[in-house]
Amino acid sequence: MPLIQRLHRFIAACVVCTLGSAAPAAWATDDGAKLYAHHCAACHGSRGTGGVGVPLALPDFLAAADDNFLRKTIRLGRPGRVMPAFRQLSDAEVDTLIRYIRGWAPTGTSKAAIEKSSIKGNVERGGKLYARYCAACHGAHGEGGHGTGVTFSRPRDLPVLAPALNNPGLLAAASDATIKTTLMRGRRGTPMPSFLKLGLKEQDIDDLVVYVRAFKPETLPDPVQSMADEPPVIERASPYDMDKTVERLKEAIGAANMRLIRTESFDRTFSEDSRENKRHVVVDSCDFDFLNQALKIDPRVGLFLPCRFTLSERDGKVSVSTINPKRLSAIFNNSELNQLCDKMHKVYVDILEEATF
Amino acid sequence: MKFRALRHIFFPWLAAMLLALPARADELLMVRAERPFADAINDLQIAIQDHGYKVARIQRVDVGLASGGYATAEYRLVFFGKPEEMREIEDRYPELLPYLPLKIVIFAEGNSALALAYNPAILQGFFKIDPLQSRFQRWEKDIREILDQFAAQ
Ligand code: HEC
Ligand code: HEC
Repeated sequence: MPLIQRLHRFIAACVVCTLGSAAPAAWATDDGAKLYAHHCAACHGSRGTGGVGVPLALPDFLAAADDNFLRKTIRLGRPGRVMPAFRQLSDAEVDTLIRYIRGWAPTGTSKAAIEKSSIKGNVERGGKLYARYCAACHGAHGEGGHGTGVTFSRPRDLPVLAPALNNPGLLAAASDATIKTTLMRGRRGTPMPSFLKLGLKEQDIDDLVVYVRAFKPETLPDPVQSMADEPPVIERASPYDMDKTVERLKEAIGAANMRLIRTESFDRTFSEDSRENKRHVVVDSCDFDFLNQALKIDPRVGLFLPCRFTLSERDGKVSVSTINPKRLSAIFNNSELNQLCDKMHKVYVDILEEATF
Repeated sequence: MKFRALRHIFFPWLAAMLLALPARADELLMVRAERPFADAINDLQIAIQDHGYKVARIQRVDVGLASGGYATAEYRLVFFGKPEEMREIEDRYPELLPYLPLKIVIFAEGNSALALAYNPAILQGFFKIDPLQSRFQRWEKDIREILDQFAAQ
Protein backbone atom coordinates (compact mmCIF):
# COMPACT_ATOMS: atom_id res chain seq x y z
CA MET A 1 0.00 0.00 0.00
CA PRO A 2 1.46 3.39 -0.88
CA LEU A 3 2.59 5.44 2.09
CA ILE A 4 0.10 8.22 1.54
CA GLN A 5 -2.83 5.82 1.51
CA ARG A 6 -1.61 4.21 4.72
CA LEU A 7 -1.32 7.63 6.23
CA HIS A 8 -4.92 8.34 5.37
CA ARG A 9 -5.99 5.12 6.96
CA PHE A 10 -4.10 5.95 10.12
CA ILE A 11 -5.60 9.40 10.30
CA ALA A 12 -9.08 8.01 9.72
CA ALA A 13 -8.47 5.44 12.43
CA CYS A 14 -7.36 8.17 14.82
CA VAL A 15 -10.36 10.30 14.14
CA VAL A 16 -12.58 7.32 14.82
CA CYS A 17 -10.86 6.44 18.07
CA THR A 18 -10.73 10.01 19.34
CA LEU A 19 -14.40 10.50 18.59
CA GLY A 20 -15.27 7.16 20.09
CA SER A 21 -13.53 7.74 23.36
CA ALA A 22 -14.32 11.42 23.76
CA ALA A 23 -17.95 10.47 24.36
CA PRO A 24 -19.41 11.56 27.71
CA ALA A 25 -17.02 10.19 30.27
CA ALA A 26 -18.49 10.39 33.75
CA TRP A 27 -15.78 12.74 34.99
CA ALA A 28 -15.64 14.97 31.89
CA THR A 29 -15.21 18.50 33.10
CA ASP A 30 -13.85 21.72 31.72
CA ASP A 31 -12.20 22.54 34.97
CA GLY A 32 -8.44 22.49 34.36
CA ALA A 33 -7.55 21.84 37.98
CA LYS A 34 -9.82 18.81 38.10
CA LEU A 35 -8.55 17.41 34.82
CA TYR A 36 -4.99 17.89 35.97
CA ALA A 37 -5.65 16.30 39.36
CA HIS A 38 -7.35 13.35 37.71
CA HIS A 39 -4.89 12.60 34.92
CA CYS A 40 -1.54 14.14 35.71
CA ALA A 41 -1.04 14.95 39.40
CA ALA A 42 -0.17 11.39 40.39
CA CYS A 43 3.03 11.60 38.38
CA HIS A 44 3.81 15.31 37.99
CA GLY A 45 2.81 16.39 41.51
CA SER A 46 -0.29 18.30 42.55
CA ARG A 47 1.40 21.61 41.83
CA GLY A 48 3.54 20.48 38.92
CA THR A 49 6.71 20.10 40.95
CA GLY A 50 7.45 16.62 39.64
CA GLY A 51 7.72 13.13 41.09
CA VAL A 52 7.39 10.07 38.87
CA GLY A 53 7.24 12.60 36.00
CA VAL A 54 9.47 15.61 35.40
CA PRO A 55 8.43 18.99 36.87
CA LEU A 56 6.12 21.05 34.66
CA ALA A 57 5.84 24.20 36.79
CA LEU A 58 9.23 25.46 35.67
CA PRO A 59 9.56 28.93 34.15
CA ASP A 60 12.27 27.72 31.76
CA PHE A 61 10.21 24.77 30.62
CA LEU A 62 7.12 26.88 30.02
CA ALA A 63 9.21 29.42 28.12
CA ALA A 64 10.48 26.71 25.76
CA ALA A 65 7.29 24.69 25.29
CA ASP A 66 4.79 26.05 22.79
CA ASP A 67 1.17 24.90 22.81
CA ASN A 68 1.76 22.52 19.95
CA PHE A 69 4.49 20.80 21.98
CA LEU A 70 2.23 20.44 25.00
CA ARG A 71 -0.69 19.21 22.92
CA LYS A 72 1.34 16.57 21.10
CA THR A 73 3.11 15.47 24.27
CA ILE A 74 -0.24 14.88 25.98
CA ARG A 75 -1.71 13.11 22.94
CA LEU A 76 1.31 10.98 21.97
CA GLY A 77 2.93 10.45 25.34
CA ARG A 78 6.48 9.14 25.21
CA PRO A 79 6.12 5.58 23.91
CA GLY A 80 8.27 3.14 25.84
CA ARG A 81 8.80 5.69 28.66
CA VAL A 82 6.42 6.15 31.55
CA MET A 83 4.55 9.17 30.15
CA PRO A 84 1.24 7.74 28.81
CA ALA A 85 -0.60 8.81 25.66
CA PHE A 86 -3.89 10.51 26.54
CA ARG A 87 -6.05 9.78 23.56
CA GLN A 88 -9.24 9.50 25.56
CA LEU A 89 -9.36 13.25 26.27
CA SER A 90 -11.34 15.58 24.00
CA ASP A 91 -9.58 18.45 22.20
CA ALA A 92 -11.35 20.89 24.51
CA GLU A 93 -10.07 19.00 27.56
CA VAL A 94 -6.51 19.06 26.24
CA ASP A 95 -6.78 22.82 25.64
CA THR A 96 -8.11 23.31 29.16
CA LEU A 97 -5.19 21.34 30.55
CA ILE A 98 -2.71 23.41 28.58
CA ARG A 99 -4.23 26.62 29.90
CA TYR A 100 -4.04 25.25 33.40
CA ILE A 101 -0.37 24.30 33.05
CA ARG A 102 0.39 27.73 31.53
CA GLY A 103 -1.03 29.24 34.72
CA TRP A 104 2.18 28.17 36.46
CA ALA A 105 4.31 30.56 34.39
CA PRO A 106 5.41 33.63 36.35
CA THR A 107 3.01 36.50 35.66
CA GLY A 108 4.08 38.72 32.83
CA THR A 109 5.98 36.08 30.87
CA SER A 110 4.86 35.63 27.30
CA LYS A 111 4.27 32.08 26.16
CA ALA A 112 6.49 30.44 23.56
CA ALA A 113 5.25 31.13 20.03
CA ILE A 114 4.78 28.17 17.71
CA GLU A 115 7.85 28.40 15.49
CA LYS A 116 7.88 26.02 12.57
CA SER A 117 10.96 27.12 10.65
CA SER A 118 13.93 24.80 10.82
CA ILE A 119 17.30 25.65 12.25
CA LYS A 120 20.42 25.14 10.13
CA GLY A 121 23.58 23.66 11.48
CA ASN A 122 26.32 21.11 11.05
CA VAL A 123 25.30 17.62 12.17
CA GLU A 124 28.86 16.33 12.45
CA ARG A 125 29.94 19.15 14.70
CA GLY A 126 26.73 18.67 16.61
CA GLY A 127 27.56 15.00 17.14
CA LYS A 128 30.95 15.81 18.61
CA LEU A 129 29.46 18.43 20.91
CA TYR A 130 26.74 15.98 21.93
CA ALA A 131 29.22 13.27 22.94
CA ARG A 132 31.11 15.83 24.99
CA TYR A 133 28.29 17.77 26.64
CA CYS A 134 25.12 15.71 26.64
CA ALA A 135 25.79 11.97 26.49
CA ALA A 136 26.60 11.65 30.18
CA CYS A 137 23.01 12.49 31.11
CA HIS A 138 20.95 11.70 28.01
CA GLY A 139 22.86 8.57 26.95
CA ALA A 140 25.18 8.02 23.98
CA HIS A 141 22.24 7.50 21.62
CA GLY A 142 19.75 9.81 23.31
CA GLU A 143 18.11 6.93 25.14
CA GLY A 144 17.69 8.97 28.34
CA GLY A 145 18.41 8.27 31.99
CA HIS A 146 17.43 4.96 33.54
CA GLY A 147 14.36 4.50 35.67
CA THR A 148 11.37 6.77 35.98
CA GLY A 149 12.80 9.61 38.01
CA VAL A 150 10.49 8.88 40.89
CA THR A 151 11.77 10.21 44.16
CA PHE A 152 10.25 7.29 46.07
CA SER A 153 11.88 8.80 49.15
CA ARG A 154 15.22 7.24 48.40
CA PRO A 155 18.66 8.72 48.13
CA ARG A 156 19.19 9.57 44.47
CA ASP A 157 22.03 11.17 42.58
CA LEU A 158 19.85 13.08 40.10
CA PRO A 159 16.65 14.66 41.36
CA VAL A 160 15.12 14.79 37.87
CA LEU A 161 15.62 12.10 35.27
CA ALA A 162 17.07 13.10 31.89
CA PRO A 163 14.36 12.40 29.27
CA ALA A 164 15.00 10.21 26.25
CA LEU A 165 15.84 12.44 23.27
CA ASN A 166 15.51 9.69 20.65
CA ASN A 167 11.92 9.13 21.68
CA PRO A 168 9.40 9.22 18.83
CA GLY A 169 6.94 11.15 21.04
CA LEU A 170 9.46 13.89 21.83
CA LEU A 171 10.74 14.15 18.26
CA ALA A 172 7.21 14.44 16.91
CA ALA A 173 6.23 17.08 19.50
CA ALA A 174 9.26 19.38 19.76
CA SER A 175 10.00 22.08 17.20
CA ASP A 176 13.60 23.11 16.55
CA ALA A 177 12.86 26.33 18.44
CA THR A 178 11.71 24.39 21.53
CA ILE A 179 14.91 22.35 21.57
CA LYS A 180 17.02 25.46 20.97
CA THR A 181 15.39 27.45 23.76
CA THR A 182 15.89 24.49 26.10
CA LEU A 183 19.62 24.42 25.31
CA MET A 184 20.00 28.20 25.53
CA ARG A 185 18.17 28.65 28.83
CA GLY A 186 18.56 25.24 30.43
CA ARG A 187 15.92 24.33 32.99
CA ARG A 188 16.66 25.96 36.31
CA GLY A 189 15.55 23.68 39.13
CA THR A 190 16.67 20.55 37.25
CA PRO A 191 20.11 19.21 36.29
CA MET A 192 19.67 20.49 32.69
CA PRO A 193 22.17 23.39 32.38
CA SER A 194 22.12 26.45 30.12
CA PHE A 195 24.74 25.87 27.45
CA LEU A 196 25.04 29.56 26.73
CA LYS A 197 26.13 30.02 30.31
CA LEU A 198 28.51 27.09 29.93
CA GLY A 199 30.23 29.06 27.16
CA LEU A 200 28.85 27.52 23.94
CA LYS A 201 28.16 29.86 21.02
CA GLU A 202 24.77 30.12 19.40
CA GLN A 203 26.15 28.33 16.33
CA ASP A 204 27.26 25.40 18.55
CA ILE A 205 23.75 25.20 19.89
CA ASP A 206 22.28 25.20 16.41
CA ASP A 207 24.60 22.32 15.51
CA LEU A 208 23.37 20.44 18.56
CA VAL A 209 19.73 21.07 17.62
CA VAL A 210 20.32 19.65 14.16
CA TYR A 211 22.04 16.64 15.68
CA VAL A 212 19.23 15.93 18.16
CA ARG A 213 16.71 16.39 15.36
CA ALA A 214 18.48 13.74 13.30
CA PHE A 215 18.25 11.07 16.02
CA LYS A 216 16.75 7.96 14.59
CA PRO A 217 13.63 7.48 16.69
CA GLU A 218 14.21 4.37 18.67
CA THR A 219 12.27 1.47 17.23
CA LEU A 220 10.32 0.16 20.15
CA PRO A 221 9.58 -3.42 20.88
CA ASP A 222 5.91 -2.57 20.68
CA PRO A 223 4.34 -3.86 23.86
CA VAL A 224 0.90 -3.85 22.24
CA GLN A 225 1.95 -6.13 19.44
CA SER A 226 4.36 -8.47 21.16
CA MET A 227 2.70 -8.77 24.56
CA ALA A 228 -0.97 -8.89 23.64
CA ASP A 229 -0.50 -12.42 22.32
CA GLU A 230 0.91 -13.64 25.60
CA PRO A 231 -1.45 -15.77 27.70
CA PRO A 232 -2.53 -14.07 30.96
CA VAL A 233 -1.16 -16.88 33.13
CA ILE A 234 1.75 -19.30 33.02
CA GLU A 235 0.49 -22.76 33.92
CA ARG A 236 1.97 -26.24 34.26
CA ALA A 237 0.23 -29.52 35.03
CA SER A 238 1.73 -31.47 37.90
CA PRO A 239 2.08 -35.26 37.90
CA TYR A 240 1.93 -35.22 41.74
CA ASP A 241 -0.82 -34.77 44.30
CA MET A 242 -1.41 -31.44 46.05
CA ASP A 243 0.86 -32.01 49.07
CA LYS A 244 3.73 -33.33 47.02
CA THR A 245 3.41 -30.49 44.49
CA VAL A 246 3.49 -27.89 47.27
CA GLU A 247 6.57 -29.58 48.70
CA ARG A 248 8.39 -29.61 45.36
CA LEU A 249 7.33 -26.04 44.63
CA LYS A 250 8.84 -24.82 47.89
CA GLU A 251 12.10 -26.55 47.07
CA ALA A 252 12.15 -24.99 43.60
CA ILE A 253 11.50 -21.53 45.09
CA GLY A 254 14.40 -22.01 47.49
CA ALA A 255 16.66 -23.19 44.68
CA ALA A 256 15.82 -20.00 42.74
CA ASN A 257 17.03 -17.98 45.76
CA MET A 258 13.60 -16.57 46.46
CA ARG A 259 12.35 -16.14 49.98
CA LEU A 260 9.28 -18.13 50.94
CA ILE A 261 6.66 -15.90 52.56
CA ARG A 262 3.66 -18.08 53.24
CA THR A 263 1.58 -21.03 52.14
CA GLU A 264 -2.18 -21.04 52.71
CA SER A 265 -5.45 -21.98 51.10
CA PHE A 266 -6.72 -19.41 48.61
CA ASP A 267 -9.74 -18.50 50.71
CA ARG A 268 -7.50 -17.38 53.57
CA THR A 269 -6.26 -14.63 51.22
CA PHE A 270 -9.64 -12.90 51.27
CA SER A 271 -11.17 -13.99 54.56
CA GLU A 272 -9.76 -15.03 57.93
CA ASP A 273 -12.77 -17.11 58.92
CA SER A 274 -12.69 -19.17 55.78
CA ARG A 275 -13.75 -22.69 55.05
CA GLU A 276 -10.14 -23.73 54.24
CA ASN A 277 -10.84 -25.10 50.82
CA LYS A 278 -7.70 -27.14 50.21
CA ARG A 279 -8.30 -27.47 46.50
CA HIS A 280 -6.79 -24.05 45.88
CA VAL A 281 -3.56 -23.27 47.65
CA VAL A 282 -1.26 -20.28 47.23
CA VAL A 283 2.45 -20.07 47.91
CA ASP A 284 3.83 -16.53 48.18
CA SER A 285 7.50 -15.76 47.75
CA CYS A 286 9.74 -12.81 47.01
CA ASP A 287 13.17 -12.00 45.68
CA PHE A 288 13.94 -8.73 47.43
CA ASP A 289 17.12 -8.04 45.44
CA PHE A 290 15.18 -8.27 42.22
CA LEU A 291 12.29 -6.26 43.63
CA ASN A 292 14.61 -3.49 44.77
CA GLN A 293 16.10 -3.32 41.30
CA ALA A 294 12.66 -3.30 39.69
CA LEU A 295 11.35 -0.53 41.95
CA LYS A 296 14.17 1.72 40.78
CA ILE A 297 13.02 1.27 37.23
CA ASP A 298 9.33 1.67 37.92
CA PRO A 299 7.75 2.35 41.32
CA ARG A 300 4.51 0.81 40.07
CA VAL A 301 5.86 -2.75 39.95
CA GLY A 302 4.03 -3.53 43.20
CA LEU A 303 1.17 -4.49 40.89
CA PHE A 304 3.14 -7.63 40.03
CA LEU A 305 3.31 -8.63 43.69
CA PRO A 306 3.18 -10.87 45.55
CA CYS A 307 5.21 -13.41 43.60
CA ARG A 308 2.44 -15.92 43.98
CA PHE A 309 2.07 -19.51 42.84
CA THR A 310 -1.51 -20.75 42.75
CA LEU A 311 -2.12 -24.50 42.93
CA SER A 312 -5.47 -25.90 41.83
CA GLU A 313 -6.88 -29.37 42.02
CA ARG A 314 -9.56 -30.33 39.53
CA ASP A 315 -10.80 -33.90 39.03
CA GLY A 316 -7.79 -35.18 40.94
CA LYS A 317 -5.34 -33.31 38.71
CA VAL A 318 -3.11 -30.61 40.14
CA SER A 319 -1.80 -27.62 38.21
CA VAL A 320 0.37 -24.67 39.25
CA SER A 321 0.07 -21.19 37.78
CA THR A 322 1.32 -17.61 38.13
CA ILE A 323 0.37 -14.36 36.48
CA ASN A 324 2.29 -13.83 33.26
CA PRO A 325 4.46 -10.76 33.91
CA LYS A 326 4.92 -10.24 30.18
CA ARG A 327 1.18 -9.91 29.64
CA LEU A 328 0.77 -7.49 32.52
CA SER A 329 3.77 -5.36 31.54
CA ALA A 330 1.96 -4.35 28.37
CA ILE A 331 -0.13 -1.87 30.38
CA PHE A 332 2.90 0.02 31.78
CA ASN A 333 4.35 1.76 28.71
CA ASN A 334 7.89 1.27 29.97
CA SER A 335 10.30 -0.63 27.73
CA GLU A 336 12.90 -0.98 30.45
CA LEU A 337 10.31 -2.73 32.57
CA ASN A 338 9.51 -5.10 29.71
CA GLN A 339 13.04 -6.45 29.94
CA LEU A 340 12.66 -7.16 33.64
CA CYS A 341 9.36 -8.88 32.95
CA ASP A 342 11.06 -11.16 30.46
CA LYS A 343 13.48 -12.13 33.20
CA MET A 344 10.70 -12.67 35.75
CA HIS A 345 8.80 -14.76 33.23
CA LYS A 346 11.81 -17.01 32.83
CA VAL A 347 12.23 -17.38 36.59
CA TYR A 348 8.56 -18.37 36.95
CA VAL A 349 8.73 -20.89 34.13
CA ASP A 350 11.89 -22.45 35.59
CA ILE A 351 10.29 -22.81 39.01
CA LEU A 352 7.06 -24.26 37.61
CA GLU A 353 8.95 -26.76 35.50
CA GLU A 354 11.26 -27.77 38.28
CA ALA A 355 8.29 -28.34 40.60
CA THR A 356 6.27 -30.38 38.13
CA PHE A 357 9.15 -32.26 36.52
CA MET B 1 17.41 18.43 1.37
CA LYS B 2 17.42 15.48 3.68
CA PHE B 3 16.33 17.07 6.98
CA ARG B 4 13.61 19.09 5.31
CA ALA B 5 12.07 15.87 4.08
CA LEU B 6 12.35 14.44 7.55
CA ARG B 7 10.54 17.40 9.02
CA HIS B 8 7.75 17.73 6.51
CA ILE B 9 6.96 14.12 5.82
CA PHE B 10 8.49 11.89 8.43
CA PHE B 11 7.52 13.63 11.66
CA PRO B 12 3.88 14.24 10.78
CA TRP B 13 3.74 10.63 9.66
CA LEU B 14 5.31 9.52 12.94
CA ALA B 15 2.74 11.52 14.89
CA ALA B 16 -0.08 9.88 12.93
CA MET B 17 1.43 6.43 13.54
CA LEU B 18 1.68 7.02 17.27
CA LEU B 19 -1.87 8.28 17.44
CA ALA B 20 -3.05 5.13 15.75
CA LEU B 21 -1.81 2.90 18.58
CA PRO B 22 -4.58 1.88 20.95
CA ALA B 23 -5.03 4.18 23.93
CA ARG B 24 -3.60 2.82 27.13
CA ALA B 25 -3.59 5.57 29.71
CA ASP B 26 -6.67 4.03 31.26
CA GLU B 27 -5.43 0.52 31.92
CA LEU B 28 -3.50 1.69 34.94
CA LEU B 29 -5.28 3.85 37.48
CA MET B 30 -3.10 6.01 39.70
CA VAL B 31 -3.91 8.90 42.03
CA ARG B 32 -2.14 11.09 44.54
CA ALA B 33 -3.28 12.05 48.03
CA GLU B 34 -1.64 15.08 49.60
CA ARG B 35 -1.44 13.51 53.04
CA PRO B 36 1.17 11.74 55.10
CA PHE B 37 1.25 8.01 54.46
CA ALA B 38 -0.23 6.96 57.82
CA ASP B 39 -3.40 8.99 57.21
CA ALA B 40 -3.57 8.03 53.57
CA ILE B 41 -3.49 4.26 54.12
CA ASN B 42 -6.15 4.61 56.77
CA ASP B 43 -8.38 6.56 54.37
CA LEU B 44 -7.77 3.98 51.67
CA GLN B 45 -9.09 1.19 53.87
CA ILE B 46 -12.14 3.24 54.76
CA ALA B 47 -12.82 3.95 51.07
CA ILE B 48 -12.56 0.22 50.29
CA GLN B 49 -14.98 -0.68 53.09
CA ASP B 50 -17.35 2.12 52.10
CA HIS B 51 -17.75 0.34 48.79
CA GLY B 52 -18.76 -2.93 50.39
CA TYR B 53 -15.45 -4.77 50.21
CA LYS B 54 -13.53 -6.43 52.98
CA VAL B 55 -9.84 -5.61 53.42
CA ALA B 56 -8.29 -9.04 53.70
CA ARG B 57 -4.66 -8.24 54.31
CA ILE B 58 -2.04 -5.55 54.05
CA GLN B 59 1.33 -6.74 52.89
CA ARG B 60 4.18 -4.55 54.05
CA VAL B 61 6.61 -4.75 51.17
CA ASP B 62 8.79 -2.04 52.70
CA VAL B 63 9.35 -4.18 55.77
CA GLY B 64 10.49 -7.05 53.58
CA LEU B 65 12.81 -4.76 51.64
CA ALA B 66 14.23 -3.30 54.85
CA SER B 67 14.93 -6.79 56.19
CA GLY B 68 16.85 -7.41 52.97
CA GLY B 69 18.97 -4.34 53.75
CA TYR B 70 17.29 -1.86 51.38
CA ALA B 71 16.31 1.62 52.50
CA THR B 72 12.82 2.45 51.36
CA ALA B 73 9.76 4.54 52.09
CA GLU B 74 6.45 2.90 52.98
CA TYR B 75 5.25 0.55 50.26
CA ARG B 76 2.20 -1.65 50.89
CA LEU B 77 -0.24 -3.89 49.06
CA VAL B 78 -3.85 -3.78 50.20
CA PHE B 79 -5.82 -6.91 49.26
CA PHE B 80 -9.59 -6.86 49.30
CA GLY B 81 -12.69 -8.58 47.99
CA LYS B 82 -16.23 -9.60 48.78
CA PRO B 83 -15.91 -13.06 50.32
CA GLU B 84 -19.01 -14.55 48.66
CA GLU B 85 -17.89 -13.20 45.29
CA MET B 86 -14.39 -14.61 45.71
CA ARG B 87 -15.81 -18.01 46.70
CA GLU B 88 -18.02 -18.11 43.66
CA ILE B 89 -15.09 -17.38 41.37
CA GLU B 90 -12.94 -19.90 43.17
CA ASP B 91 -15.52 -22.59 42.44
CA ARG B 92 -16.48 -21.59 38.92
CA TYR B 93 -13.57 -19.73 37.36
CA PRO B 94 -10.38 -20.89 39.10
CA GLU B 95 -8.32 -19.76 36.11
CA LEU B 96 -8.77 -16.19 37.44
CA LEU B 97 -7.27 -16.90 40.86
CA PRO B 98 -3.71 -15.72 40.08
CA TYR B 99 -5.20 -12.21 39.60
CA LEU B 100 -7.27 -12.24 42.81
CA PRO B 101 -8.16 -10.99 45.37
CA LEU B 102 -8.31 -7.39 44.14
CA LYS B 103 -5.47 -5.16 45.23
CA ILE B 104 -4.36 -1.56 45.44
CA VAL B 105 -0.70 -0.61 45.77
CA ILE B 106 0.01 2.37 48.01
CA PHE B 107 3.37 4.03 48.57
CA ALA B 108 4.79 7.19 50.07
CA GLU B 109 6.42 9.92 48.04
CA GLY B 110 7.64 12.64 50.34
CA ASN B 111 4.62 14.08 52.12
CA SER B 112 2.08 12.56 49.81
CA ALA B 113 0.96 9.04 49.00
CA LEU B 114 0.31 7.43 45.63
CA ALA B 115 -2.22 4.66 45.13
CA LEU B 116 -2.57 2.56 42.01
CA ALA B 117 -4.41 -0.41 40.62
CA TYR B 118 -4.79 -1.98 37.24
CA ASN B 119 -8.13 -1.43 35.68
CA PRO B 120 -10.09 -4.67 36.31
CA ALA B 121 -11.58 -4.23 32.84
CA ILE B 122 -8.32 -5.64 31.46
CA LEU B 123 -9.35 -9.01 32.89
CA GLN B 124 -12.08 -9.32 30.27
CA GLY B 125 -9.43 -8.88 27.59
CA PHE B 126 -7.20 -11.43 29.33
CA PHE B 127 -9.77 -14.16 30.03
CA LYS B 128 -12.78 -13.42 27.80
CA ILE B 129 -15.26 -14.84 30.32
CA ASP B 130 -18.52 -13.30 29.13
CA PRO B 131 -20.61 -14.09 32.22
CA LEU B 132 -18.08 -12.10 34.25
CA GLN B 133 -17.92 -9.06 32.01
CA SER B 134 -20.44 -7.03 34.00
CA ARG B 135 -18.62 -8.04 37.20
CA PHE B 136 -15.33 -6.71 35.81
CA GLN B 137 -17.13 -3.49 34.89
CA ARG B 138 -18.49 -3.11 38.40
CA TRP B 139 -15.03 -3.71 39.84
CA GLU B 140 -13.73 -1.00 37.55
CA LYS B 141 -16.41 1.45 38.66
CA ASP B 142 -15.80 0.63 42.32
CA ILE B 143 -12.02 0.91 42.10
CA ARG B 144 -12.25 4.25 40.28
CA GLU B 145 -14.57 5.52 43.02
CA ILE B 146 -12.35 4.18 45.77
CA LEU B 147 -9.32 5.92 44.27
CA ASP B 148 -11.26 9.16 43.79
CA GLN B 149 -12.45 9.08 47.38
CA PHE B 150 -8.88 8.42 48.50
CA ALA B 151 -7.48 11.34 46.46
CA ALA B 152 -10.19 13.79 47.55
CA GLN B 153 -10.26 15.45 51.03
C1 HEC C 1 2.38 7.57 34.82
C2 HEC C 1 3.07 8.81 35.04
C3 HEC C 1 2.68 10.03 34.21
C4 HEC C 1 1.43 10.56 34.03
C5 HEC C 1 0.09 10.03 34.55
C6 HEC C 1 1.62 11.77 33.24
N1 HEC C 1 2.95 11.93 32.96
FE1 HEC C 1 3.73 13.46 31.85
N2 HEC C 1 5.61 12.59 31.99
C7 HEC C 1 5.91 11.49 32.76
C8 HEC C 1 7.33 11.22 32.65
C9 HEC C 1 8.09 10.08 33.36
C10 HEC C 1 7.86 12.18 31.76
C11 HEC C 1 9.33 12.29 31.28
C12 HEC C 1 9.49 11.51 29.99
C13 HEC C 1 10.84 10.83 29.84
O1 HEC C 1 11.48 10.50 30.85
O2 HEC C 1 11.24 10.55 28.69
C14 HEC C 1 6.75 13.05 31.39
C15 HEC C 1 6.85 14.14 30.53
C16 HEC C 1 5.84 15.06 30.30
C17 HEC C 1 5.98 16.29 29.54
C18 HEC C 1 7.25 16.77 28.87
C19 HEC C 1 8.03 17.58 29.86
C20 HEC C 1 9.28 18.16 29.30
O3 HEC C 1 10.13 18.60 30.09
O4 HEC C 1 9.44 18.15 28.08
C21 HEC C 1 4.78 16.95 29.59
C22 HEC C 1 4.46 18.30 28.95
C23 HEC C 1 3.88 16.12 30.35
N3 HEC C 1 4.55 14.98 30.76
C24 HEC C 1 2.57 16.45 30.61
C25 HEC C 1 1.65 15.59 31.23
C26 HEC C 1 0.26 15.89 31.39
C27 HEC C 1 -0.42 17.20 30.96
C28 HEC C 1 -0.31 14.81 32.00
C29 HEC C 1 -1.78 14.59 32.32
C30 HEC C 1 -2.69 14.72 31.21
C31 HEC C 1 0.75 13.83 32.24
N4 HEC C 1 1.92 14.35 31.76
C32 HEC C 1 0.59 12.61 32.87
C33 HEC C 1 5.02 10.74 33.52
C34 HEC C 1 3.64 10.90 33.55
C1 HEC D 1 23.55 17.13 33.99
C2 HEC D 1 22.68 16.36 33.17
C3 HEC D 1 22.28 16.94 31.81
C4 HEC D 1 23.12 17.37 30.79
C5 HEC D 1 24.64 17.44 30.79
C6 HEC D 1 22.26 17.71 29.68
N1 HEC D 1 20.94 17.51 30.01
FE1 HEC D 1 19.35 17.88 28.85
N2 HEC D 1 18.11 17.47 30.37
C7 HEC D 1 18.49 17.01 31.61
C8 HEC D 1 17.32 16.88 32.45
C9 HEC D 1 17.30 16.38 33.88
C10 HEC D 1 16.21 17.31 31.67
C11 HEC D 1 14.75 17.37 32.11
C12 HEC D 1 14.49 18.77 32.60
C13 HEC D 1 13.07 18.99 32.98
O1 HEC D 1 12.57 18.28 33.83
O2 HEC D 1 12.46 19.93 32.45
C14 HEC D 1 16.76 17.67 30.37
C15 HEC D 1 15.98 18.13 29.31
C16 HEC D 1 16.43 18.26 28.02
C17 HEC D 1 15.59 18.51 26.87
C18 HEC D 1 14.07 18.65 26.89
C19 HEC D 1 13.49 17.25 26.73
C20 HEC D 1 12.01 17.20 26.89
O3 HEC D 1 11.49 16.12 27.17
O4 HEC D 1 11.37 18.23 26.77
C21 HEC D 1 16.41 18.55 25.78
C22 HEC D 1 15.98 18.74 24.33
C23 HEC D 1 17.76 18.34 26.26
N3 HEC D 1 17.74 18.18 27.62
C24 HEC D 1 18.88 18.31 25.44
C25 HEC D 1 20.17 18.29 25.94
C26 HEC D 1 21.35 18.45 25.11
C27 HEC D 1 21.34 18.56 23.59
C28 HEC D 1 22.42 18.46 25.96
C29 HEC D 1 23.87 18.69 25.61
C30 HEC D 1 24.15 19.94 24.97
C31 HEC D 1 21.92 18.26 27.31
N4 HEC D 1 20.56 18.17 27.25
C32 HEC D 1 22.71 18.13 28.43
C33 HEC D 1 19.78 16.71 32.01
C34 HEC D 1 20.92 17.05 31.31
